[in-house]
Amino acid sequence: MRVSHDRHLAGVARGLSEHLGVDVLMVRLLFVVLAFANGAGFLMYAAFWIFAPLQVSGDDVADPGRVWRERDLGMLLALGSLALGGALLLSALGVGLHPGLAVPLVVIGVGVVILWRQADDAQRERWRAATGTRRVPDAVRAGLGIALVLIGGGAILIGPTDLNGTSGGLVAALVVTAGLALVTGPWWARMVRELNAERSARIREQERAEVAAHVHDSVLHTLTLIQRHVDNPREVARLARAQERELRGWLYRPRRDPEATVTSEVERVAAEVEDAHGVAIDVVVVGDAPLDDSLSALLHATRECLVNAAKYARDSPISVYAEVEPEQVTVFVRDRGPGFDPAAVPEDRLGLRQSVLGRMKRHGGVATVRSADGEGTEVQLEMPRSPS
Amino acid sequence: MTDQTSPPTPSVVRVVLVDDHRMFRSGVRAELDDSIDVVGEAEDVESAVRVIEEQRPDVVLLDVHLPGGGGRQVLSTLVPRLPEVRFLALSVSDAPEDVISVIRGGARGYVTKSITGPELAAAVRRVAEGDVVFSPRLAGFVLDAFAATTEIATVDEDLDRLTQREREVLRLIARGYTYKEVGKALFISVKTVETHVSAVLRKLQLSNRYELSRWASDRRLV
Repeated sequence: MRVSHDRHLAGVARGLSEHLGVDVLMVRLLFVVLAFANGAGFLMYAAFWIFAPLQVSGDDVADPGRVWRERDLGMLLALGSLALGGALLLSALGVGLHPGLAVPLVVIGVGVVILWRQADDAQRERWRAATGTRRVPDAVRAGLGIALVLIGGGAILIGPTDLNGTSGGLVAALVVTAGLALVTGPWWARMVRELNAERSARIREQERAEVAAHVHDSVLHTLTLIQRHVDNPREVARLARAQERELRGWLYRPRRDPEATVTSEVERVAAEVEDAHGVAIDVVVVGDAPLDDSLSALLHATRECLVNAAKYARDSPISVYAEVEPEQVTVFVRDRGPGFDPAAVPEDRLGLRQSVLGRMKRHGGVATVRSADGEGTEVQLEMPRSPS
Repeated sequence: MTDQTSPPTPSVVRVVLVDDHRMFRSGVRAELDDSIDVVGEAEDVESAVRVIEEQRPDVVLLDVHLPGGGGRQVLSTLVPRLPEVRFLALSVSDAPEDVISVIRGGARGYVTKSITGPELAAAVRRVAEGDVVFSPRLAGFVLDAFAATTEIATVDEDLDRLTQREREVLRLIARGYTYKEVGKALFISVKTVETHVSAVLRKLQLSNRYELSRWASDRRLV
C-alpha cells in the first residue's frame, strides 16, 4: 500500500517502510542502489507505483492494521522479481543498460506508468473528487503515454547504439510487444476488476435473496398466523415458540450432517412434543453419538416421557438433559408438575409402564422414576452403548 | 439455575440495563420487581461504558450483541477498571461461542432473554450477592467443553479440568435443578453448591485449555 502522507514521489518507499517496519531511508537507499544495478530500482519503483493501491491518510482508511493484503504483496514481489530478473537477463545477454539505453528506458517507464495509472480503482477516484484534484483527461493521458512509448522505442531503435543487427531486432520486437501490451493493459485490468466487482455484487444479491426468501417463508408466515390466532394465547405461544426454534436453528446452528445423531434426535423429539402439546421444553445435550437400535429405543422412551410431562405438567417448565458418555447415554426428563407416587402408577399410565420402562428393559437399559406429590417428576433413562 | 427462596439482599440492587432494543429494555424494566432499581440504560458500547462509569451499579444486565463491539467490548473495557461492578449476560443467542466468550470476558453468569421476570430478578440478586448464575444450557456447554478429556482433576487447583464434584453439580444444573435442589440431591449446603459453581466459572475464565477454544470454534456457524 502506498501512502499519501510524507511522500516525496508516489509514497512507495514510505508505504513499504511502514509495511515492513524498516526505516524509510533504508528503503529509499535500496531503491537508489538498485537503480544503478541496471535500472532495476526504477523498474521496481514503477511496479510498486502501478500496483500498490494508494492509502489515503484520513477518514476513508478502512483498516490501518492490515494495510496490505497478502495476495497483493505476493503479486508485487512476483512482479518485482520479474522486473529484476528481466533486467539481469538483458545484461547477461549483452544488451544491458548501456548509458544510451537507460534514459530511453526510463522515459518508456514514465509513459507506461501514466498509462497504467488510468486503471485506478473507484476508491482513488473518490479520494480525488474529495480533495478536488483535477484529473488530466484520459485522452491526453493516453496520448502522452503512447507518445512516450513511441519516442522511447524510436530512441532505442535509431539511437546511437553499437548493437549488432540481431540483438537490435530482438530489442525492437520486445519493445513493440511490450508497448502494445502496456497500452492495452489498463483496459484489460479495468475489465478484470469490473468483472470481479460484478461477481461479488451478484453473490451479495443472491445471499440477500436467500435471507429474504427465508424470512418470508418462515417469520412473515408465522406473524400472519399469530394475528389470526389472537384469541388463543396457547396457540400464539406455540406458534411463536416453534418459529423461534426454527429461526434459532437457522441462525446459530452449524449445518448438520443429514445423519441422525443423539443431539439432533433429542432436539427433534422435543420440538415435536412442543408443537403437538403447546408446551415449552428446555433441551440441553452434552456430547454426541450416531444412533443405533438401542439409542433409538432410548429416544422413543424419551419422547414418551416428554409427552407424559406435557400432559400432566402442562404449565410448568419441562427440561430434558441428555449426556453421551463413552459407555452409556443418559437422559433425564424433568417436569415441575404435580408429581405422583411411582409405587402406585395408575392404570391410565400404561404409557409410562410399557413404553418407557418396558422398552428400556428390552434394550438392556434402565429407567428410574423419581417423583413425589408436589415436587414434579424426573425420569432417568440409562442406555449402555453397544461397542462399535 | 436460579433459586427463588434465597434471602433477598437488604438493600435495593442498582442495575444498569444495556441492550440495543428499546422495547426489550422497557419490557425488562416492567418485569423486574421493587427490590431492583434500574438506574441507567444504554444502547451501545460507548453509552454503556459512560453510563456504567457514571452510575457504578451493583449489576449490569449486558446484551451480548451490541453495536460498537458487542458485550465483550464493554467487559474488556470495564472489568479491569471497575472490579466491583458485576455483569450478568443476557442474550437471545444461545450459540456456544457467544456464551463462552462473555463468560471468559468476565461476566458472572449468562441467562437467555426467554427467562421469566421473577427468575431474572432472582438471578440479578444472586449476581449482586457475588454468586454465579448458571443456566442449564450454560452448564451443558461447560460440561461439553470440559468433557473432551475424561481425566478428572484430583487437585482442585487444576484449571483445565473439573473435579468430580463440580461435574456432579453441573449435571444437576443442566437437568434443571435449582441450587437448593442440587444441594439437597448431593447432601451439601447451597453455599457449597455456590462455591463449586464459582470454581467452575473461574476455571472457565482462566483456563487456557486448548480444547476450550477449539471446542467453541468447532461449533461456530459457517
